[in-house]
Amino acid sequence: MSTTTPVQATSVTPPTSQVKRREGRTAIAATAFFAILQRDIAVTGRDFIAFLLQVLLQPLFFLFIFGTVLPAIGIARQGFGALLLPGIVALTVVTTAIQGVALPLVLDLGFAREIDDRLLAPLPVSLVALEKVIFAAMRGLVAGAVIFPLAYLILGSEFQVRADGIGVIVVVMVLAAFAGASLGMTIGTLVRPEQIGLMFALILTPLLFTGCVQYPWGTLGVLKWFQIVTLFNPLTYASEGLRYAMVPHFHGHVLPTLWLGWVFLGLSATIVIFFAIGLQTFRRRVVN
Amino acid sequence: MATQSNTNNAIEVEHLVKRYATAKVNAVDDISFVVKRGEIFGLLGPNGAGKTTTIGVLTTSVVPSSGTVRIMDIDVAADPMGVKQRMAVVPQQSNLDRSLRAREILTFHAMYHGVPKAEREARADELLKELGLGERGKDVVRRYSGGMAQRLMLARSLMHSPDVLVLDEPTNSLDPQSRLFLWDRIRSLNAQGVTILLTTHDMDEADQLCERIAIMDHGRVLVLDTPTELKKTVPGGTRLELRVRMPERVAVERGSDGQPKSYILNALREMTDATSVEEVPVKDEGAEHGVTLYRLFAADANELVLGATQAIGRMGAELRDLRVVKPSLEDVFIHLTGRNLR
Repeated sequence: MSTTTPVQATSVTPPTSQVKRREGRTAIAATAFFAILQRDIAVTGRDFIAFLLQVLLQPLFFLFIFGTVLPAIGIARQGFGALLLPGIVALTVVTTAIQGVALPLVLDLGFAREIDDRLLAPLPVSLVALEKVIFAAMRGLVAGAVIFPLAYLILGSEFQVRADGIGVIVVVMVLAAFAGASLGMTIGTLVRPEQIGLMFALILTPLLFTGCVQYPWGTLGVLKWFQIVTLFNPLTYASEGLRYAMVPHFHGHVLPTLWLGWVFLGLSATIVIFFAIGLQTFRRRVVN
Repeated sequence: MATQSNTNNAIEVEHLVKRYATAKVNAVDDISFVVKRGEIFGLLGPNGAGKTTTIGVLTTSVVPSSGTVRIMDIDVAADPMGVKQRMAVVPQQSNLDRSLRAREILTFHAMYHGVPKAEREARADELLKELGLGERGKDVVRRYSGGMAQRLMLARSLMHSPDVLVLDEPTNSLDPQSRLFLWDRIRSLNAQGVTILLTTHDMDEADQLCERIAIMDHGRVLVLDTPTELKKTVPGGTRLELRVRMPERVAVERGSDGQPKSYILNALREMTDATSVEEVPVKDEGAEHGVTLYRLFAADANELVLGATQAIGRMGAELRDLRVVKPSLEDVFIHLTGRNLR
């Protein structure tokens, strides 16, 4: 069919008939899905130290100032570190997961379009979104897990964690990670690149301070309106869930926390609602 | 997938319409065309003509409002995944994955498409070498020039051996070397059976590469034919250009100023079958002193040569040179889409 003479003796590519087309759509999509996941793992793994510094520095400073410095100079009560640690772990898991999706997505959909190659891979675009959420959740979990040994070093004798709640800790952390990643998917597909600064101010800052990170929910009875406000922050459920599973009983006295059922419900609802919204907005951004 | 017709067509577009949610008019307004397997097909048109939307539909990033598009007999709306396996696209602007090194961009792309490890490693090396990036495989692509990025995107698109390759303004803003290099690659890929659809604003490129061309404007396909046939559609067709010198003697005999020249104009009109004749003054200095340019239009200007030379000889004028000018693709393009800026 070609009217032009073959200019090059060398071949640019083998004939198309040689390509191996694997059988089965599910297998093809699964292959693409795991390849994309592997790409993300490779990229984060390469800059793992930078990743840890980026996500851990803020929570560790929080822990040091509020959990070590303030009790030491007598402004905060001894034992505050034990109350603070679950909140810090929750904060780290949730914000790392949010940012793991939202930041790259805002830039990618805005102008970089680096995601195009993955959108053109043989899998439904919703699976590309799902991969982003799963990977961001993984990042959140890794960051949250690393907090524990570092907290042990920072808090010293103030590091007190129940040993029997490990199962609940894991479940709450996993739910919190997916809740954060789902939130990140919604945020990342709605925010424009020029609004990134605004996003930090309007979303992350309120999230940080209304999420029962620095105070147990049960003690807010004196500020009823604020106690109600905190219930709209998914981070509250993560903090309280971890507080339930981590804070040891002092002299048989159990710290009152949000009921565990509400914790699971709050986190699950966040995942379902924001993943559904995020998936819709993602599809709208990538397929016209 | 059930209605596979197994035609010899690589791309079939039938009554495609796309209207964006917020738009008042259709971005693509009922277009139909077919690209045969093994063809190089050009999609031309001014900015906003609907080319990018059409390509978006072909590459599954735009959902048609109505109409159907099939790539290698697979409906893009019904089975985008199947289309993605058989198609590749090189976009206008770089969308290279900047978190990866050049060679990794190729190997990960192949991995997404399920190309086995040994094969993708070998192909990445081979393509890097053949596209002149052999030494730069370990580089981060931030350091790549525009031409290198373009070549890397072409390499990436070939990693999964697509049947159909879509090139969206592939040589836009490339230096002449890169452009010629890319043309060679496009031709040699096509020689191996890859069907190519390209958009371009470079009429020379379209003319040289494309077997058939569709010119679009305002969301519609205005014409679709081979470059040769398209050029025949320009009114006036070909033209004969003559540069004629009036010897002083003739000028004196016939009177002064522009007067004698119009005798030639009349003679050319009378003695040839030209549909129209124009007289164009030439800068009157040096060797060009006393020279006038005549343009004679006809469906086939070759047939005017004999009559025109006789006319000039009879008038005692001197023929400096003559040439037959064929309309370029750009003439066709401007004729169809006008001169207005978009």
